[in-house]
Amino acid sequence: MQNKASVELHMVRPNQAAGARIPLVDGVEKVTGKAQYTADLEARGALVGAILRSPYAHAEIINIDVSKARALAGVKAVITGDDCGVAFGILPISELEFPLAKGKLRYRGDAVAAVAAVDEKTAQLALDLIELEVRELPAYFTIKEALADGAIAIHERREGNVERKVDDEFGDVETGFSAADLVMERSYHCAEVTHAHMEPHAALAEYDVERDLMTLQSVTQVPYYVHLMLSQCLDMDSSRIRVIKPFVGGGFGARTETLNLEVIACLLARVAGGVVRLKLSREETFLTHKGRPETDIIMKMGLTQSGKITAVQAQVAQRGGAYGGYGVITILYSGALLHAIYDIANIKFEGQRVLTNTPGCGAMRGHGTVNVRFAFESLLDTMACELGMDPIAVRRANLLSPEFETVNGLKGLSYGLPECLDWVEEASAWQQKRGAMPVGKGVGIGCSHFVSGAGKPVHWTGEPHATIILKLDFDGGITIFTGASDIGQGSSTILTQTVAQVLGVDYSRLRVIANDSAITPKDNGSYSSRVTVYVGNAALDAANNLKQILLQAAAVKLDCRADQVECLGEAYQVQGLPNTLISFADVVAQAIKGGGTINVKGTYFVPREHQGLGKQRGAAVGSTPGFSYGATVAEVSVDQDTGQISVDKIWVAHDCGFAINPMSVEGQVQGGVWMGLAQAISEQTRYTNGLHMDANFIDYRFPSIVESPDIEVKMIEPGDPNGPFGAKEASEGALSSILAAVASAVRDAIGIEMNATPMTADRILAKLIAREKQAKRQQPRKQEAR
Amino acid sequence: MPTNSKMILRVLVNGIAREDLIPVNMLLVNYLRDVVGVTGTKTGCDGGECGACTILVNGEPLLSCIELAARVAGKQLETIESLAHNGRMSTLQRSFHEQLGTQCGFCTPGMIMASEALLRQQSTPTDQQIKTALEGNLCRCTGYVKIIESVRTAIKLNGDV
Ligand code: FES
Ligand code: FES
Repeated sequence: MQNKASVELHMVRPNQAAGARIPLVDGVEKVTGKAQYTADLEARGALVGAILRSPYAHAEIINIDVSKARALAGVKAVITGDDCGVAFGILPISELEFPLAKGKLRYRGDAVAAVAAVDEKTAQLALDLIELEVRELPAYFTIKEALADGAIAIHERREGNVERKVDDEFGDVETGFSAADLVMERSYHCAEVTHAHMEPHAALAEYDVERDLMTLQSVTQVPYYVHLMLSQCLDMDSSRIRVIKPFVGGGFGARTETLNLEVIACLLARVAGGVVRLKLSREETFLTHKGRPETDIIMKMGLTQSGKITAVQAQVAQRGGAYGGYGVITILYSGALLHAIYDIANIKFEGQRVLTNTPGCGAMRGHGTVNVRFAFESLLDTMACELGMDPIAVRRANLLSPEFETVNGLKGLSYGLPECLDWVEEASAWQQKRGAMPVGKGVGIGCSHFVSGAGKPVHWTGEPHATIILKLDFDGGITIFTGASDIGQGSSTILTQTVAQVLGVDYSRLRVIANDSAITPKDNGSYSSRVTVYVGNAALDAANNLKQILLQAAAVKLDCRADQVECLGEAYQVQGLPNTLISFADVVAQAIKGGGTINVKGTYFVPREHQGLGKQRGAAVGSTPGFSYGATVAEVSVDQDTGQISVDKIWVAHDCGFAINPMSVEGQVQGGVWMGLAQAISEQTRYTNGLHMDANFIDYRFPSIVESPDIEVKMIEPGDPNGPFGAKEASEGALSSILAAVASAVRDAIGIEMNATPMTADRILAKLIAREKQAKRQQPRKQEAR
Repeated sequence: MPTNSKMILRVLVNGIAREDLIPVNMLLVNYLRDVVGVTGTKTGCDGGECGACTILVNGEPLLSCIELAARVAGKQLETIESLAHNGRMSTLQRSFHEQLGTQCGFCTPGMIMASEALLRQQSTPTDQQIKTALEGNLCRCTGYVKIIESVRTAIKLNGDV
């Protein structure tokens, strides 16, 4: 297998690197078809892997007879749960999943057995020959069923089917509610949604029998965590494992934990003694998704006459599915991110993550906050209307100060939400439109925020939060070695711009080599929007370290002190003396004289006070070096005969601290808000007796290009002291705001309050009909009264 | 016909005449990726839902995941690999690259081939025509805004020539 991690740079040459709208450093490969994704990797003679999936939602395995499958000509490996007795999971406290089911099947789609064969047809035939004998168990598809008295435990170690209960109160909500002029409570419901990245899951595993070495290439966002779990499940020393991430076709959180197919591919390769390619179909990719859970929320809020929030209480229940995954973190985020967007002294959160016999949910873009933010912002909108206040004004009444510490111990050093509100108000002509458009048309607003990296990583080891290595050699080329996973969000580009900015060199000198555990430094991966700040800061540190070496070398060459040297990027001189100019090549030659090839390292540690100051259990969740903020206005049209919403235009302002690449920030914000829009109006996964009813792109609907509105983006750049050049995250923060913005716009358009997603035509029509009936019932009474 | 019977397929792939022995029931996308070895054409779904596999057959866009290779015998196939000339990106490719019409890149080959088909038929399409032409091509990353801008940029650059 060849490693295609190296990427050549083909770029424009701006004067200033940080802040420049440059194309992606790996964009040429993507538009020419040269980019190799996992399924594209050449592997001559690779065996074809396939997985047998459970047709039962909940069953005890009596026997799996694989003898016929094994005997079939062309079959090289057949494995079941007996071949790996080690459980795995992203959270050390929740390792509930086996690569292949052991003892029990827990959802329709659970992996029963796997085969590797010479071709696809033989692999399928082999699956058909596997005989599965089970005893069916009662299955639970809803939170209510799973929590009912007498429900049997889906996992032995989780009595009562509760993965995690959270009960936190900061301040005193009862006092807060009694100080309010208006207290309201509403129930909200959000359907389960999924990432639906365009690249189906795939893995390519190669086992070197003679040397006992395993190499895995896969679709992961987190090669390091995959590496750890392979070592654990294969019982191999981690030094014998190599994990490579090729081009990845999107992730959005689906690939932020080890996927069972990654372990299965390796197990098959080891048994077969060769190379195994495992490609999941789109249907399987849906079936095994780790999406955003179905969520029920009861939100209660108190407001004073002037719109100040006095207290918030949220009860949140998530249908987590069959395995724990990130569930504990998801439910903690739901509570933690009630904070740090507005100034609220009293917040109570009761969360419950429940196990059910549906696919295991996990992390999805806007992890844990999206549904709760929808409920929060929607209730705020409802209450503003009740008070006769402008929804933007009510938000202005609750702003934080730029430097804040919340009651649950979260700390922030920059806060661009006020400017976000100003811009969307102006750009959307809010004051002219809200409440003033023709019936059927309306505008609505929502706000949201997100972390720029989780303050504490999943596995806390005391290492730096990020590490970058730069190599400078005789050729004058600088190679950036990183473990950061570019999954399309452009992280390799951001790192390149960061290094170019510090050194002032031409982009053509720089290249990125990423994500090969045999070559690149460890990185925790692409999740929680951590890369720009964490790996960016490490790149900044590395580049500064390299610059010091170059300045020293130039000083020797120029015969002056290092602090007298002026770096002009591609040339150096004694400060203010152009006649002393020497070339970059001269400086490099001097620098490697004696010592040879230069390798420098840069690291980043999250400041302690940004790792969670609270004393509560799970206090680290929500902590971050910097919060991003977003405000969104949506303009919609609602067809009152069909209930169909069309979103005509979206304005979104995003506080990303500083845009290292404004074009990339726009792209991330547009993509994120669009994804939130899709959840708001059309996406849902439905199950009938645990059978996934939407496991394809026809039934799982998101807007096509025809149905997608223009999304105008404004970057708000207050600069954050913790970010590289002041930058914060740009991909997740604004997403959550659009759901409530659409609901708010529907209210403005037709006077109806939407408390559930997706806001389908059916749901809207039902509300319209109910309103009509209500009006009819009231009419005669009114006449009588007269 | 038994499913394991084979045939000789003669086609022009990206300007090169080919003759390959293939199973009669082989899908066109598998022929391109596994037999010809051009992997720029992607499969994003289980058949006909996403557009990632779009190629041109005699200049017309076609979903190669729901067509048999046998049915394009004698025709001219063009994949994403055919657009660059001597290593230089085509205007559409350059525009998608420079305007960030691609993020993860997985939908991109299909998106560009569908756009290519449109621009060959209609050199100055309206936004509505661009959207209609790309309606069957799903993208999960971009929200489509910069995809439309990329096509518009290509139209403008073509007009400037
Ligand atoms: S792969 Fe052909 S339409 Fe999806
Ligand atoms: S760029 Fe990722 S799917 Fe379109």
